[in-house]
Amino acid sequence: MGHRITVDNAGESFECPPEKSLLSGMESQSKKAIAVGCRGGGCGYCKIRILSGEFETKKMSVKFVTHEEQAQGFALSCRVFPRSDMSVIAIEEIQSGNPYAKKNVTSKIS
Amino acid sequence: MKKGVMRTGHIQIRVLDLDEGLAHYRDRLGLLEMDRDDTRVFLKGWTECDKYSVVLREADEAGMDFLGFKVDSDARLDELRADLEAAGYATEELPAGDLPDCGRRITFVAGTGHRFELYADKVSTGRHGVGHHNPEAWPEDLKGMKATRFDHALLYGEDLASVYTLFTDVLGFWLSEQAMDGEERIAQFFTCSMKEHEIAFIKQEGNTGAFHHASFYLESWQDVLHAADIISMHDISLDIGPTRHGLTHGATIYFFDPSGNRNETFCGGDYFFPDHPVTTWDAEQLGKAVFYHTRELNERFLTVTT
Ligand code: FES
Ligand SMILES: [Fe+2]
Repeated sequence: MGHRITVDNAGESFECPPEKSLLSGMESQSKKAIAVGCRGGGCGYCKIRILSGEFETKKMSVKFVTHEEQAQGFALSCRVFPRSDMSVIAIEEIQSGNPYAKKNVTSKIS
Repeated sequence: MKKGVMRTGHIQIRVLDLDEGLAHYRDRLGLLEMDRDDTRVFLKGWTECDKYSVVLREADEAGMDFLGFKVDSDARLDELRADLEAAGYATEELPAGDLPDCGRRITFVAGTGHRFELYADKVSTGRHGVGHHNPEAWPEDLKGMKATRFDHALLYGEDLASVYTLFTDVLGFWLSEQAMDGEERIAQFFTCSMKEHEIAFIKQEGNTGAFHHASFYLESWQDVLHAADIISMHDISLDIGPTRHGLTHGATIYFFDPSGNRNETFCGGDYFFPDHPVTTWDAEQLGKAVFYHTRELNERFLTVTT
């Protein structure tokens, strides 16, 4: 069984087994609470702030999460593996974005 | 090749974990591991004659360190360096051997924040497995997607205007395709060969030095579908495809390496000669220009970079 991950500001929660990243756990349940980018810790798209819970991380690009930010609980959810139930906040789209992009992005948190 | 620049020759990509990165580019894309030094691995596609075209370096962030263009002679390096300096670019010369088995390189940074370099010499190892004397059709020991060559890169940045002048005037590339939002060029594709593009830029405000994708050439649509199968078999992060672009008309699939750098494998598409008209896409048609079948822009493709 997985751990229950709550994305506070999206009003959404999902189960995530310990061997899956939070982002992959979310995707496998077809939920849209956090923006899905590269799934490899390189693009910063899936950035979250962790409010509570135990977890392990894999290496994340410091371009998008500095070491200071990591100490404050910021992380890239495609590189976070749950070790208990967790509560997180999805950060709004991090890149200003292409003006020609569609604006109705389902994963965008307002 | 107005000023002796022959092709996009090599790219150095940052990966978060070198072993994971190598496994992806070697075992899934099917590039050949050609060499290593203390911090890097050097690879190439089997049809490429020079010793390597892809360099992986482990770092704390993903993205592109630099893209190198091969020029037709050593003398050109001095000519182009002078032209770059005259155009206001600060250049630096890296000595032969700084990259193994590669001659001296002239390096500079473009207005979009990307580092480019020019070089004239690299050790040639010839086509892998078949050579150049009565060669067979293909080597039998290829892995994964069997990528034939590193083909081009797409970069994102803000200052497309200065990059236009840099590539056309200073480096002697041609503009092959563009997307226009009124008077503003929001996408520009450059070539110095018969390829429809050797390098392309898309405008993204507030982004500097961003890496969108490195692209690898496959022979056929069947090979693109085969690449899609490999992506599913190994649970590789899929971006989009298989599909076709309107721009360049290549048939394509996009996915990410284990550090989040986007890769493309593609086949077919248009070709270029210097007397061809520039192909233009209007911003209103951008959906079709990027994804010819769905005709819809995709947020991730447009905004996710490393
Ligand atoms: S999706 Fe790219 S860093 Fe997580
Ligand atoms: Fe491409």
